[in-house]
Amino acid sequence: MGIFDKLGFGKKEEKLQEGLEKTRAGFLDKIGKALVGKDRVDDDVLDDLEEILITSDVGVKTTLEVIRRIEERVARDKFVSSSELQQILKEEITGLLKDNEADRPAEFDADLRHKPHVIMVVGVNGVGKTTTIGKLAHMYKTAGKNVMLGAGDTFRAGAVEQLRIWGERAGVTLIQQGQGADPAAVAYDTVASGKSRDADVVLVDTAGRLHNRRALMDELGKIKRVMGKVVDGAPHEVLLVLDASTGQNALQQARAFSEVVDVTGLALTKLDGTAKGGIVIGISHEMSVPVKYIGVGEKIEDLQVFERARFVSALFERTMPSA
Amino acid sequence: MFEDLSTRLELAFRSVTGQARLSDVNVAETVREIRRALLDADVNYEVARSITAAVKEKALGQGVLATVTPGQQFTKIVYDELIRVLGEQKEDITFSQVPPTVILIAGLQGSGKTTFSAKLAKMLRDQGKSPMLAAADVYRPAAVDQLRTLAGQIDVPVYSIEEKDALRVAKEALTEAKKNARDVLIIDTAGRMHVDSDMMDEVARIREAVNPSEVLFVVDSMTGQDAVNTAREFNQQINFDGVVLTKLDGDTRGGAAISIRTVVDKPIKFMSTGEGMESISPFYPDRMAQRILGMGDVVSLVEKAQEQYDEVQARKLQSKISSNTFNLEDFYGQLQQIKKMGSMRELVGMIPGMSKQLGDAEIDDDAMKPVESIINSMTIEERRKPDLINGSRRKRIANGSGTTVREVNDLLKQFTQMKKMMKTMTKMNRMGRAMEGLKNLTGQRKLH
Ligand SMILES: Nc1nc2c(ncn2[C@@H]2O[C@H](COP(=O)(O)OP(=O)(O)OP(=O)(O)O)[C@@H](O)[C@H]2O)c(=O)[nH]1
Ligand SMILES: Nc1nc2c(ncn2[C@@H]2O[C@H](COP(=O)(O)OP(=O)(O)OP(=O)(O)O)[C@@H](O)[C@H]2O)c(=O)[nH]1
Ligand SMILES: [Mg+2]
Ligand SMILES: [Mg+2]
Repeated sequence: MGIFDKLGFGKKEEKLQEGLEKTRAGFLDKIGKALVGKDRVDDDVLDDLEEILITSDVGVKTTLEVIRRIEERVARDKFVSSSELQQILKEEITGLLKDNEADRPAEFDADLRHKPHVIMVVGVNGVGKTTTIGKLAHMYKTAGKNVMLGAGDTFRAGAVEQLRIWGERAGVTLIQQGQGADPAAVAYDTVASGKSRDADVVLVDTAGRLHNRRALMDELGKIKRVMGKVVDGAPHEVLLVLDASTGQNALQQARAFSEVVDVTGLALTKLDGTAKGGIVIGISHEMSVPVKYIGVGEKIEDLQVFERARFVSALFERTMPSA
Repeated sequence: MFEDLSTRLELAFRSVTGQARLSDVNVAETVREIRRALLDADVNYEVARSITAAVKEKALGQGVLATVTPGQQFTKIVYDELIRVLGEQKEDITFSQVPPTVILIAGLQGSGKTTFSAKLAKMLRDQGKSPMLAAADVYRPAAVDQLRTLAGQIDVPVYSIEEKDALRVAKEALTEAKKNARDVLIIDTAGRMHVDSDMMDEVARIREAVNPSEVLFVVDSMTGQDAVNTAREFNQQINFDGVVLTKLDGDTRGGAAISIRTVVDKPIKFMSTGEGMESISPFYPDRMAQRILGMGDVVSLVEKAQEQYDEVQARKLQSKISSNTFNLEDFYGQLQQIKKMGSMRELVGMIPGMSKQLGDAEIDDDAMKPVESIINSMTIEERRKPDLINGSRRKRIANGSGTTVREVNDLLKQFTQMKKMMKTMTKMNRMGRAMEGLKNLTGQRKLH
């Protein structure tokens, strides 16, 4: 959280909690009481846990995995206090979320091993790729880094103009060849310019594409490959953007994108609504890829470095749908 | 990862076969499987529970049918229940007695509103109406630019202003539409979170000011559990008339459709199936139910194909495919037809799991360009029996068509792939019919 304090974004905690209709804070007390001194978990507590996880889009498979782990721990440890049990529950879920890697720090003021550090942003249509790039540019810039953007979405109507405006807001340079240009050429050009113009961070936007469209996915592979021809190892980060309101399909997305461009990090957007984005737990676990950022609004500062513990707490604190 | 529900149920039912009646015990396990399938398909937790409860009640005590497996029988019960929830028939938009008909488009960020607005304008224009678009998203960077670009492609006028005042855009657009005798006004609004009260107020005020005959709520079909919250909230704030499901060209099951229909009693009116302006179609509950259960949106696919194909040609083609006599001559002839259907990819995408099945059998529309000249350089014999085309013939054809041997190879490869794809499509078509057959079982079932 340090960086946000420095940048003056300390209000984030409240923002994440905005939009609560009713809370489920009571659950943790309940699970505690129901568990103390026993060696198995009551069915209705497990039912509640199941409901919380499923309605957070954690998915059946991961939910069952969490429940299995809790049951195992309780059977083994028995007589635990309620606060310990809350802790266990959070730990087991947090444990599924992959740790960040040292050579790809999420913090904006951290030193970067590569110069330029090239980040390619991918994802299905409308998840928030371009907006996230705008926010990242702002964050890196504010942290004193020299940032360059590449308008690699040459397909969607208005995409180049949209990124141009974000670049302007962040006060960073945009490399573009207009709509209809070859996205791989734009990516190449951007990385080359970044290199020659001494950029610290290069952010390359790509057009939204559904993961089941093979030709478009192949194109993405090509866009990625050309960058490596300019700067060794580029892109150093492939950021897959996921919309928090997406359900189980996000897993399919993550698998398909990883297969083609080897995703190294996740950004979870639109957490300012009531969706909880629980699907990232299973994704992070299965694909062994860390969640790095969360999007909490449409403004340039509405981006946070992902914190596992806070995210997991939020699963239990935020709104539950009651159909 | 997703097996279809009937396959799952076959497994759950291993023990039932041979029994005369569905009993409590075997039904309980099956119901659990169904519930899990629904949750995997993103049907809301509570909604899935209410559906399985209804299914259980119907299933208990039913006689085990001799002609179908218990799994199929159960699938049918679930399928019927989903259809019931989704609404029995398709519903159109309401046009105003006094033009212009105002259609207000609203929804969460990135759900596909702007794209849909333009598609709807094109569809109505193609039906002989004279639509106009209003760019009432005054917040998102380049939102107006996006709408203008799309509108340019479909040749529909757009009303926009410099000031960031969405309400004013809407009102003035209405005046403008009247003045220019446009009979439909489609208002695209900014994406908004259902919990953002200022933004929800804004769209409610627009609604009040322009009195639309149709308010459409646009939802991403990949939405998970939260669909119930957003649908309920939007409905409370703007009392929409219908729902639009987008991005159905993906491989999501689309269980959100069930959730939404359960919490708000409003029909789903359109499906959006691609980024292109032609990718819009009415909503068919039966196909959605099949999709959620993993049976593929077979009927949609066939119907879309039929719409665009010349009937007779299509039938000829079909028999050629099934008898394996489909050749390059037919390929050439059909190429134009196929292109008219929109992209092959999009058509295939309607079948969940299909893209995977096809592997790299991608039909890239651009790659079709040199095809004409290559086929023209072939002898009639070669066109009819592509197997004849050996190395030296390939060289000759390449020279004759001003292409390379590689391109000729590609074409031949693509042709083979296409044949494969079409065969699969025919097969899926048959599966669809089998499903229809299953539907008729209800009449024969004996309760006690
Ligand atoms: N509320 C909210 N809206 C967001 C967030 N991130 C992005 N958006 C909005 O989501 C919509 C889509 O964002 P884009 O950045 O255009 O998404 P994209 O992935 O680039 O879209 P395509 O390029 O069309 O595939 C816009 O209206 C954004 O303002 C977020 O964290 N919260
Ligand atoms: N594959 C696919 N993409 C779609 C479909 N509908 C829209 N899109 C894409 O989804 C992204 C978002 O679409 P928009 O029409 O900009 O969505 P919006 O709801 O207007 O977004 P905001 O105005 O930012 O809230 C774009 O990349 C569209 O091209 C669809 O049916 N299929
Ligand atoms: Mg974009
Ligand atoms: Mg829009």
